[in-house]
Amino acid sequence: MVIGVIYAVLFWTATIVLVLGVANKIRIYAKTPAPLKIPTTPAPVTQSGVFLRMFQEVFLFKSLFRADKLLWILGMLFHYTMLIIVLRHFRYVQDPVWGVIQFVQPFGIYAGFLFVIGLLGLMARRVFIDRIRYITSPSDIAMLLLLILIGVSGLMMQFVSPTNIIMVKAFFRGLIAFDWQPLPADVPLLIHLGLVATLMLIFPISKLLHAPGIFFSPTRNQIDNPREKRHVSAWAAELDKQGKTYLDELDQGK
Amino acid sequence: MADYDIPKITGEDGIVDIPNLQPDAMKGHGPWVSKPEFQEDMHFPTDFTMPENVENYGDASTLVENWKERALDKMGDLKSRYRSLQVFLDICVKCGACTDKCHYYIGTTDPKNMPVARQDLLRKVYRRYFTFAGKFFGKMGMPGFVGAAELTEDVVKDWYNYYHQCSQCRRCSVFCPYGIDTAEISMAAREILDHIGMGQKYCTEIMGKLNKIGNNLGLPEAALADTLEGLEEDIFDDTGVDVKLPLDKKGSDILLITPSADFFAEPHVDGLMGYAKVFHELGLDWTLSSYASEGANFGMFIGSYENMRRISLRIRKAAQDLGVKRIVFGECGHAWRVAYSFLNTLAGPFDFLDQNYPVPQHVLEITEPALAAGKLNIDKSQNDDKVLTFHDSCNIARGSRMGDKPGGQFVLPRNVIKAVCNNYVDMPADTIHDATYCCGGGGGILTDDLMEIRVKGAQPRMEALKHVTDQHQVTHMAAICAICKSQFTKVVPYYGFTMDMIVSVHQLVSNAIVLKGQLTEEEIEARDAEEEAERIAAKEAREKAAAEKAEKESKDSAN
Repeated sequence: MVIGVIYAVLFWTATIVLVLGVANKIRIYAKTPAPLKIPTTPAPVTQSGVFLRMFQEVFLFKSLFRADKLLWILGMLFHYTMLIIVLRHFRYVQDPVWGVIQFVQPFGIYAGFLFVIGLLGLMARRVFIDRIRYITSPSDIAMLLLLILIGVSGLMMQFVSPTNIIMVKAFFRGLIAFDWQPLPADVPLLIHLGLVATLMLIFPISKLLHAPGIFFSPTRNQIDNPREKRHVSAWAAELDKQGKTYLDELDQGK
Repeated sequence: MADYDIPKITGEDGIVDIPNLQPDAMKGHGPWVSKPEFQEDMHFPTDFTMPENVENYGDASTLVENWKERALDKMGDLKSRYRSLQVFLDICVKCGACTDKCHYYIGTTDPKNMPVARQDLLRKVYRRYFTFAGKFFGKMGMPGFVGAAELTEDVVKDWYNYYHQCSQCRRCSVFCPYGIDTAEISMAAREILDHIGMGQKYCTEIMGKLNKIGNNLGLPEAALADTLEGLEEDIFDDTGVDVKLPLDKKGSDILLITPSADFFAEPHVDGLMGYAKVFHELGLDWTLSSYASEGANFGMFIGSYENMRRISLRIRKAAQDLGVKRIVFGECGHAWRVAYSFLNTLAGPFDFLDQNYPVPQHVLEITEPALAAGKLNIDKSQNDDKVLTFHDSCNIARGSRMGDKPGGQFVLPRNVIKAVCNNYVDMPADTIHDATYCCGGGGGILTDDLMEIRVKGAQPRMEALKHVTDQHQVTHMAAICAICKSQFTKVVPYYGFTMDMIVSVHQLVSNAIVLKGQLTEEEIEARDAEEEAERIAAKEAREKAAAEKAEKESKDSAN
């Protein structure tokens, strides 16, 4: 039961940090003005065109495809298998389990292998390509290791030493209802869950912010219509309003 | 020619192989630093003194008092005012997709010229002082674990050096999965440097001239009027047609804003004569302004919204004072980005202009439809001595548009070239359109104190050019940017080309256009022969009179 309590506190904390941390970052991105129109052109000239552009970037990694085919393959492999794996894990918290979640169950297992293979490929790039090695920080390696270990420990439970799934599900259902439940004291499970909680904790303070951040990228999400529609941010409008040239000349009281 | 190695080009497939890293290959003191007198007028701090020796430029001896605190304050200020900066500093995953995309990295092999590494020079300081992870690991004495670093003089020296090895061409942003634009980071870095006593002389000095006189050259009104008169005479001599280049003509329909290089530099000036001929032929009533006699706006290069706006407002004032109905821009890359993407923001609204035309308009948006509609009389054979290719300028390609459709910025100039030339060949696909390589001199580094980076940065473009000159008999490369044209004429000789192979797009139009009433070559020859005969006759008459006079005098004195 002690383990159950420790992990319950850990997951509640991680969830709060993840949700509030990301929400705070999104708030900052949203409130920070974009004073100039800077879409990378050719850019869409309509809002629906921007939706299409963002869709292609977010779901197909279109720019990355142009940049680097190997990285695109590895990136697609890693992200989409992760998506399937995450969907598959919904069954540990849902009751009843949705049809779509039941549907992905068998795929989730293969996805687990491809997930680890994709990550190993990404790791190999960081080790063997001199340019990528140069720009890699220890934290980049650490993050890949974290994900690889999450994948490996998950696969261990599937194929080597299964854990008591019923108990795990009861634990997570309990978390939702603020009802303490014990966890099986299996090492792979505890490692797996501990690493997942770590991933959630570092999400809002690391490069994982690329997930919400891409939606705020002005070079991708702006409409190419500067001649047709005047675009002025609040701080810049103040220069017009007060008839001043420099921000340090502005009357701050207004 | 130089005390550094000029990259070798082969012309085989037009693409440079991605080189291995050579750390610190371009370590140096960067460009000349700006004096306090230039900084003052632009509202940058001036509490620093210049080193006596040029060799000490960029060595951080000009840093202002409390520079570290002031640099961090400015960084905090900028990230609260620019979403691009805030988001881009946070979301890079160091995937490396951009690492082989920068012409300066390809040409120099210095890893700090890889876009992500260039960004990281600033990002590591942001991480250290503005993020939880950086502060946490910084306090534990290992900021490097999360890609953070202390702000030291060495870091500032790297900023100064490597942010002046970026032409803000945005090629990296095309390939970044998140659209991270190194130009935004480099502009912010230069704005910070300007606030701690490490501004760049070239940009700030030039902007000072513009603010004082109206153009980057410091060309006063009288000299400008003289120059334009000279160009009118040149056109008359060539064609026998009285084509005007009006200055400060009130009540004109069109105000033409063009880079001041168009007034004197080759091949820019041939382009200017081309615009004049097109306007003349279409019967457009146009004028230049002596108050706003500059299309360039280096405020963008130094990331200063305020200074960029100050320069832009001159154009608004000129348009209002002259009472024009339209604003048209000449051939200039970054000027067109500022004009197309920012002018409405900086100096709008332009509700006092004719709303039937885009504000502002590019001269190619006038010439291209006119050619398509057959409104200009063209003799393509006048360009038959050339096989053309076209260099897409980065700011036009990736930071603006022409015409109604996305990508019009690639179509319009090519349409114009093809309408006035019989021979046209594109360079390899990975080096044109939005994947175009910078000329190597954009973004405020078109200065002699940065010659090495300019030469090396041109390598990818030179390789592509070599490919089409070797394999497709290309003889000339046309450009629509004053900086590209200046950079290329200076740099192509390093790669074995001749400088006169660089031409303006409107120069080609100028060659091929046949004006109403234009004299044929024979007629011009006859006219010139007639004038020559008149001149000789007048000379003979003078000599005869002088001889008679001398004879008379000698007779008089004999008497």
